[in-house]
Amino acid sequence: MRTNDFPWPRRAASAAVIACSLLAAAACGSADPGPGAAEPSTAAAFSPAPQQAGGEILVWADATRVPAVEQYQKAHPDVKIKIVTYSGNANGANDLQTKVQLFDRTGNGWPDVAFSTTFGDVAWASRNGAQGKQPYAAPVNRGVIEQSVLDGFAKGALDPCTVDGDVYCVRNDLAQNVLWYNKKLMDDFGYEVPTTWEEYQALGEKVAKEHPGYLVGTAGDPWAPEVYFWASQCPASTLTAPRKVTVDLGSDKCTRMAGLLDTLIAAGSISKDSVFGAGFIKEKADKVLMLPGPSWYGQVLFASTFKTPKNQIAAAVPLKFSADPTNYTGNVGGGVWFISSHSKNLKAAADLVTWVTTSNDYQATAGTYPAFKQAATAWLAGQKETGYFAEDVAPAFTEAAGLVWPGWSATQYSQEAIYASTVVPALNEGKTIASMLETWETAIKNKASSLGYTVDSP
Amino acid sequence: MTAPATLAPGRRSGARGAGDPSRRMGYVFVSGYVVLLLAFGVLPTVYAVWLSISNSRGQLVGLGNFIRTFADYRFLSAFGHVLLYLVIWLGTLMVLVVGLALMLHGRMRRTSAVMRFLYYVPGALAGVASVLLWLIMLDPAASPAGWLLRAFGWETLAQVIAPDHLPVLFTVIAFWTGAGGWIVIMYAALNNIPDEVLEAARIDGAGVVQTALRIQLPLLRKWIAYMLILAFAAGTQLFVEPQLVSTVSWGMISDSWSPNQLSYLYAFQAGDFHGAAALAVNLMVVGLACALVVVFRAGLFERD
Repeated sequence: MRTNDFPWPRRAASAAVIACSLLAAAACGSADPGPGAAEPSTAAAFSPAPQQAGGEILVWADATRVPAVEQYQKAHPDVKIKIVTYSGNANGANDLQTKVQLFDRTGNGWPDVAFSTTFGDVAWASRNGAQGKQPYAAPVNRGVIEQSVLDGFAKGALDPCTVDGDVYCVRNDLAQNVLWYNKKLMDDFGYEVPTTWEEYQALGEKVAKEHPGYLVGTAGDPWAPEVYFWASQCPASTLTAPRKVTVDLGSDKCTRMAGLLDTLIAAGSISKDSVFGAGFIKEKADKVLMLPGPSWYGQVLFASTFKTPKNQIAAAVPLKFSADPTNYTGNVGGGVWFISSHSKNLKAAADLVTWVTTSNDYQATAGTYPAFKQAATAWLAGQKETGYFAEDVAPAFTEAAGLVWPGWSATQYSQEAIYASTVVPALNEGKTIASMLETWETAIKNKASSLGYTVDSP
Repeated sequence: MTAPATLAPGRRSGARGAGDPSRRMGYVFVSGYVVLLLAFGVLPTVYAVWLSISNSRGQLVGLGNFIRTFADYRFLSAFGHVLLYLVIWLGTLMVLVVGLALMLHGRMRRTSAVMRFLYYVPGALAGVASVLLWLIMLDPAASPAGWLLRAFGWETLAQVIAPDHLPVLFTVIAFWTGAGGWIVIMYAALNNIPDEVLEAARIDGAGVVQTALRIQLPLLRKWIAYMLILAFAAGTQLFVEPQLVSTVSWGMISDSWSPNQLSYLYAFQAGDFHGAAALAVNLMVVGLACALVVVFRAGLFERD
């Protein structure tokens, strides 16, 4: 016979059952998700930590922005700065939030200044943290950065940073969408650059017939909703109060764009891939005739990734629906700088952030379009000097900067992640966007309520 | 530095009682590990259990956090994904590892050392590195085996990593990295079976299949059970694979594909450590329950 070293499973099981029932009976508090998610932000209670003049400041930035901080350091050798390179929360990462949650729990370690590639971070950074810690982001308009500096930013640039009238971040760059096109190909084919979405669709269908394989856009990028649906003024998430959001993908403002995309996907002139996919870069990069997309596509995508030769690429003003009185556009990203409300040297932190966002020394030669008006003028002049573009992009960029539709709100959840995980796989299975609108809307609503938003449907 | 002093009398007395110094030495030797186990294994577990039954004000909430997470719209899909993955992964692991070990042991004795080494090599890559490697292998535009993927009708990475394919893809990755080590272990276990037993079976007229089914498999039972418990525990903890696939596909895979990812979202996106702990405790309970079933069914702790 065998002997068992563990003759207790039955007893253990009954003990576990008793323990569980005791536990259920012992419940004396409610299992709410915690103060971080349930209570509104208390910006009025911003109280800076005790200040230490000349103290070291900790700066978190992504690899692209670290040179800016280093440049500042060189120009201001007396300021003590420690730089940490991190992902910058690119492509839906949430490293900054993850770490700040932990710092909120431990009560120290917050970076004094943090750069993020996405202003969606404002949604959590402007709210109370774990265990009732004050919001990570300092309201910079409350004596941290001078109002005259904040006034120098492009119209609407600080809107995504603003919650309840307080400005929680400083915008680094604008990522306004324009209509990119390959001027050489357009001239070769004898096409005119469209000014309305209707003309764009007609041209897309024409290209599919006359020059199959050439593309007028892509729908497989996670930011496709920000390029097409934002421009179409689709109410995918409109905040009506700080934690109240309206989601209505059934609106005709959304269905008109879904119909346009579906038609051109079926015709073959809009790709289901992402522009950064290895396959796309290899096989389709030289077939891009037009591409609605953000201002950073010029240097980052066409020049560095596609390696499109000089004097081919140009940018046009965002398209308009002929039924609408004006044209609108969207944003794909647009980085922001946060100043920590826990910083012990707010003065140094504010000076650094002011310098990197407004100084021509850095912004005029940055890779992205500066949010600060004066720097943008210098930047555009610099772009012209590079001689890369077939035409000066300044008029299109400047006009687009003021056309961003304000109804697409910055939320704690990423529209990109939701579109990528619900709509893109369906597109690859051969479904249409129009048939996915309902599923997509449900996904947005679920995600929003899981993060504590109240969701309204009109 | 009292070890030599306690060791000396132990040698002299040679007794085997409760106060036996050589036994005490045993405690000294394991104490280092026990401290680490308590600090980094037991304490976090206790803390997680405490978090899972309390709220942010430190009040006991009973099973409230569990009920809240059960009702989450992502709960069923996340656990469903992992369940499907576990069925496929444990099934293939059991059949293929035991099958390959038996083959190597019985049929290919001359080449088996080389084969065992080859099977083991991918296991030397760390988890993240192997997933990255596979992501290149699975992209028809970049993969050296792209023609094979195209033969299946998959032209883009997006088609290869369609949500339905994921449990199978993760099985392939896990098998490729993890199975080699288990084949080596099973082979060693097969070596442990005395030759007389096999010889006796052969004299009684047992063929290769009968020997495998009636002699080798029953004697491997505990090893297989051990493998299942560890593979099950690792499988329920799936995190890196879906997270990385999601990153390289620009988010095509939901950020809450597996329970661990969901727990991560609770903790770090919603700032809800109590809900996250409840999800983690769910996984622990499921893992422990399954391990107990396997332990008692296979008699892992029995003395013969």
